[in-house]
Amino acid sequence: MQRSLDSHRARKPFPVHILVFLAPATIVYTIFMIYPLADSLRLSFFTQSAAAVETFAGIRNYITLFTDPQWAPRFWGALRNNFVFFAVHMLVQNPIGLLLAALLSSGGRARAVYRTLIFTPTMLSVVIIGFIWQLILNPLWGITGGMMKAVGLGKFFAPWLGLADTALITLSLISVWQFVGIPMILFYTALIGIPEELTEAARVDGATAWDTFWRIKFPLILPTVGIVGILTFIGNFNAFDLIYTVKGGLAGPDFASDIMGLLFYRTFFGFQLQLGNPTMGATVAAMMFVIILSGVLLYMFGWQRRIQTFEL
Amino acid sequence: MTATAAHHPPLTYRMMRRLSQLAPHVILLGYTVLALFPVFLIIINSFKSRNAIFEMPYQLPTAETFSLIGYNTVFSRASFQQYFVNSIVVTVVSLLLILLTGAMAAFALSEYNFRGNTLMGLYLSLGIMIPIRLGTVSILRLMVGLKLVNTLTALILVYIAQGLPLAIFILSQFMKQVPRELKEAARLEGASEYRIFWLVVPMVRPAIGAIGAFTLIPIWNDLWFPLILAPSDATSTVTLGVQQFLGQFVSDWNAVLASLTLAMVPILILYILFSRQLMRGLTAGAIK
Repeated sequence: MQRSLDSHRARKPFPVHILVFLAPATIVYTIFMIYPLADSLRLSFFTQSAAAVETFAGIRNYITLFTDPQWAPRFWGALRNNFVFFAVHMLVQNPIGLLLAALLSSGGRARAVYRTLIFTPTMLSVVIIGFIWQLILNPLWGITGGMMKAVGLGKFFAPWLGLADTALITLSLISVWQFVGIPMILFYTALIGIPEELTEAARVDGATAWDTFWRIKFPLILPTVGIVGILTFIGNFNAFDLIYTVKGGLAGPDFASDIMGLLFYRTFFGFQLQLGNPTMGATVAAMMFVIILSGVLLYMFGWQRRIQTFEL
Repeated sequence: MTATAAHHPPLTYRMMRRLSQLAPHVILLGYTVLALFPVFLIIINSFKSRNAIFEMPYQLPTAETFSLIGYNTVFSRASFQQYFVNSIVVTVVSLLLILLTGAMAAFALSEYNFRGNTLMGLYLSLGIMIPIRLGTVSILRLMVGLKLVNTLTALILVYIAQGLPLAIFILSQFMKQVPRELKEAARLEGASEYRIFWLVVPMVRPAIGAIGAFTLIPIWNDLWFPLILAPSDATSTVTLGVQQFLGQFVSDWNAVLASLTLAMVPILILYILFSRQLMRGLTAGAIK
């Protein structure tokens, strides 16, 4: 009896209304997201002739990218710079975001106003932010130089965006300035979600705000710390707009501010004298995919799993 | 001991308390100034003559220094109105279609226990972690094949695909909380499954705030896909239009400041009007 019921159910046609509900989203998502991602990965194993004939090339594109004297310095340089870009976000953006969130969550009627105002730059387009800082840091206008002179630091001013030693760090800090709102909001949401009883007991016992934060609140928001970390990682290894806006496709001076997103763009789309190369572009994209996926897996298995035991 | 402390609170202790109450405000206020000052500086200087921009950059425009020359240049050289229309069309159509198709898929996933439900949910959420940009080589080929290059349709299709995974994820979380009795009652009265879907949709309205916050801003601000898929002047979005315009007019400070202000102000006004809903959306989405 049971078996006949089961086999009856298996033969029953899939309900039409479920298909109708799922179809539009699944079709658009599959055609314009999953297929291109898969096809890009496939293309990274092919080469393309001038007549657009594709030939299977195995891992030759990857070997070219890693070792060819024309490609390798660009790839390893962009990768290294991208880690610097990420490190600045982790060391500056996220701690500042945490500090602001802690201060916001400590109460006060003005906090909604601060929160909204501090989040403002995050709303604006990276293109606008890039140009604003280009103007603010421009020695011609003299805003930054003038202010530094006013506080006696005038001799330390330099056209940071234009110098090979400082361009990347300066761009990273501009990006930090813009996006600090995101970790701030995520940390803030986590902090106000902590039940009052937990911190109240510590306060009654005479613990300082500093102790309460680091001993009680911070361990409780560790899951959010992980989320902020992985979101920063994905965002940074996918970044493009700011450096393209400020430094152009060549990420000057002398590729000092080149990161993976810029290398990807130049490679597949071409820039100035360089012709676009779709299969090498797909190879760069595949490497970005591998890097981002490694980050996500590391987060899921190295962090999220261990952290779960702390959850309430 | 506590009694004596209460009777004669040491001065330093009181000062410390005062200070510790004040410190957060000082830091928050300081950071607020840091966040807003550059934006403020651009806006006030866009209304000044070229000399005043360089000689008195911190001063508000006065009767003598006020000038709209930058705005004149921008309006005569760039089709800003067109860019705005393009951006609005792309953003609004994408968002509406993300919400509609996303809600339908989320309804199927949260309402029915069909074969492959979990797998389907997993498949549709792949895109939350993987940036769609990485597929750009093939997206461009696809759009060339479909003859959609330099159309707003190309952008809309890509943005829907980009926005769907998170929208479906958030919407199905919200839909799972809609009470079952309500739907069962409707079914007993003979309502079709489509009718029940439209019954559920208004009940997840808070999710729309969250999805709006997470999808609208990235679409409006995107430079990558307009640059690659629709770079023509007729299909430029504001973000791309400003980028191209500024590239040509780097040395015309009045025009640069005016175009930056034009690109910022509508967003700032919308942000001020909707910041409450947006913040609620962001925090609701983050809690889920």
